[in-house]
Amino acid sequence: MMVNTWIKKMFVALSTLLMVGSAHAVQPYNMTRGVSDISGDVYSMHMIAFWLCVVIAVAVFAVMFYSIYAHRQSKGATPATFHESTTAEAIWTFIPFVILIGLAIPATKTLIAMEDTSDYDLTVKITGYQWLWHYEYIDEGVDFYSVLDTPRTQINNAENKNQNYLLEVDNELVLPVGKKVRFLITSNDVIHAWWVPAVAVKKDAIPGFINEAWTRINEPGVYRGQCAELCGRDHGFMPIVVRAVPEAEFDQFLAANTTLEQNTEYAMAD
Amino acid sequence: MSTAATDDHHDDHPESPYSIKRWLFTTNHKDIGTLYLWFSFIMFLIGGVMALVIRTELFQPGLQFVDPQFFNSMTTMHAIMMIFGVVMPAFTGLANWLIPMMVGATDMALPRMNNWSFWILPFAFTMMLSTLFMDGGGPAGGWTLYPPLTLQTGDALPFVILSMHFMGLSSIMGAINVIATILNMRAPGMTLMKMPLFVWTWLITAYLLIAVMPVLAGGITMLLTDKFFGTSFFNAAGGGDPVMFQHIFWFFGHPEVYILILPSFGVISSIIPTFARKPLFGYASMVYATGSIAFLSFIVWAHHMFTVGMPLAGELIFMFATMLIAVPTGVKVFNWIATMWRGAMTFETPMLFALGFIVMFSIGGFSGLMLALAPVDFQYHDTYFVVAHFHYVLVPGSIFAIIASVYYWLPKWCGNMYSEGLGKAHFWLSTIFVNLTFFPMHFVGLAGMPRRIPDYALQFSDYNMIATVGAFGFGLSQLLFLYIVIAAIRGGKKATSQVWDNAEGLEWTIASPAPYHSFVTPPAIK
Repeated sequence: MMVNTWIKKMFVALSTLLMVGSAHAVQPYNMTRGVSDISGDVYSMHMIAFWLCVVIAVAVFAVMFYSIYAHRQSKGATPATFHESTTAEAIWTFIPFVILIGLAIPATKTLIAMEDTSDYDLTVKITGYQWLWHYEYIDEGVDFYSVLDTPRTQINNAENKNQNYLLEVDNELVLPVGKKVRFLITSNDVIHAWWVPAVAVKKDAIPGFINEAWTRINEPGVYRGQCAELCGRDHGFMPIVVRAVPEAEFDQFLAANTTLEQNTEYAMAD
Repeated sequence: MSTAATDDHHDDHPESPYSIKRWLFTTNHKDIGTLYLWFSFIMFLIGGVMALVIRTELFQPGLQFVDPQFFNSMTTMHAIMMIFGVVMPAFTGLANWLIPMMVGATDMALPRMNNWSFWILPFAFTMMLSTLFMDGGGPAGGWTLYPPLTLQTGDALPFVILSMHFMGLSSIMGAINVIATILNMRAPGMTLMKMPLFVWTWLITAYLLIAVMPVLAGGITMLLTDKFFGTSFFNAAGGGDPVMFQHIFWFFGHPEVYILILPSFGVISSIIPTFARKPLFGYASMVYATGSIAFLSFIVWAHHMFTVGMPLAGELIFMFATMLIAVPTGVKVFNWIATMWRGAMTFETPMLFALGFIVMFSIGGFSGLMLALAPVDFQYHDTYFVVAHFHYVLVPGSIFAIIASVYYWLPKWCGNMYSEGLGKAHFWLSTIFVNLTFFPMHFVGLAGMPRRIPDYALQFSDYNMIATVGAFGFGLSQLLFLYIVIAAIRGGKKATSQVWDNAEGLEWTIASPAPYHSFVTPPAIK
């Protein structure tokens, strides 16, 4: 019993360590915790599922590897003859089923929260094009195109690549911190998908249809994402950059940009 | 159905072993099985080269080697080749070779249709590969063929669709043959619950094929008519919906991935008991679990579509149903381990591949469980995390099972043992390199790297480099396999009828190599 409590404490400590350490920095190997409540819930759900899988895998493979070691003919083992057990089958059907219910409950709660787009403060219409994004702040009179800004010379390896290689645009999507932003997402041509990992929003942009999503960003900063549905030749070259700023700065941004100069040289040469 | 015919007339070998006529017109299940297996291996090398083109471009950030459009056609064709040209034909080849022997029948139920089922394939794939040279290039919208993007394909589109129709026809006819053989030609005394599990898994797979290949055919025909005959199935401006294609495609697509794995389960269930020297644990459960997986596979398709904007109720139902599949799949894994438990194991090459399958397929299963969680899938969907998942279940999953089958049954087919030392080397090289290739993909996917891109942000560099090295290693290791197989066919230690110490099943009661016509008289079943 003492050992059990100790193991539980270690487990909690290790998990917390790993969860705390990740914050919202971009890590090369794990999902980001992100900067919204939803993204935090999604990250926690991911880590719970991940550790659950690790524990089950370790346990199952331990049994298997032990058997490989101990039940080998070269050790002089004589094979047993048993080949069925209703009890065993019942146990290893029932226990996984219970574990699944344990996973399904938090997943359902998070999904319900993600689908609730009511009581929004601001609406942004997002249109996917081959191969760029268009943003329009509904009822604010501000709209612009947002195009990959990485120089061709870097893509063609004639110059060193900068830190935000392939994740930078000419006109960023500026959003207010702490406000519920609703996204109306569509496309002008083929199916695209708008994805910003830091807020755990990914939604397909489908021509002729409008999809809804929402977020409330808790921290100011710059958050980068990419198109997440194959859309043709330059699918990998139409990133998304969200700049979250305090409300006052956001209001200034709107006021200053009712007519915005656009970068029309968006088409990738040849 | 079976008659007690005399043995005088049966040939032990065909009249002209090396003639083209023999291979073109054969109706013999062993010949056709051989044709399917060699065809599959050639396609494996071609599809593998495509993968290496992809991995070469992805070795470092930046565009170095190929045009992005060509890159997209490589990802598209790689998948089409591997799914329709490698895994499905290989399992059909195994079905042809093994099912008649395992049930004590002398051949498949419909031998002439069997010949045609095979010969459609080289024709279909020549057409498919030729699209790479057409105006506008080969198909480049992903093997999933989503409109509207796929409708931007150039001259290649009708040829892609026609060749897929041929592949579907081949699979449907093969499936009909399998069902007719299993249900009608089992030796007297072999009840359904006495059949080897490989036969059961193929019986169930055949029903899946017949149920869903026509759905794919319908969907791709609708693409054709949208492009050429003025329909608007997938065009909102005409009252249609691009997402409807996704529903149609994945209604086929999800059972399809179970088609790609169920025969593997049958193979593993044949190999583990032999080398553990212990009967398969829970035979009945294994049958029911396979049936449950097949049934559930029909009600989970939209888990490939969690980001399309489905209503909440739909997302929840598909999430729950998808999670449920973990239960029967887990039962199978536990039953295999229970088979090993307190057995007396030896570790010849087929057993090594089977054990590797259990571990690595399970890893793929775990990432699948994570993907099933819809809210988290919003971060995984269309990233390399998905690529890692399906490559784990397909490569150290299906492909390892196919390789294990070849090592296991090749002595029966050709009468010679393969080199055990080289076989083990092939196993270890394949295992090390397959993990080097696909494990890092979990990380870059979680870190935010999307699928189907020829160039990527700098934080994804290191793991992509590792994956490319692994891919080349894995590819080269398969050339060793080719050498091992050819060397065994040409000569090696003579195999006995039994071949393996503890192998059970009718195929091990006849000579190695198996006679050209086996079980002309049905055997007695205990």
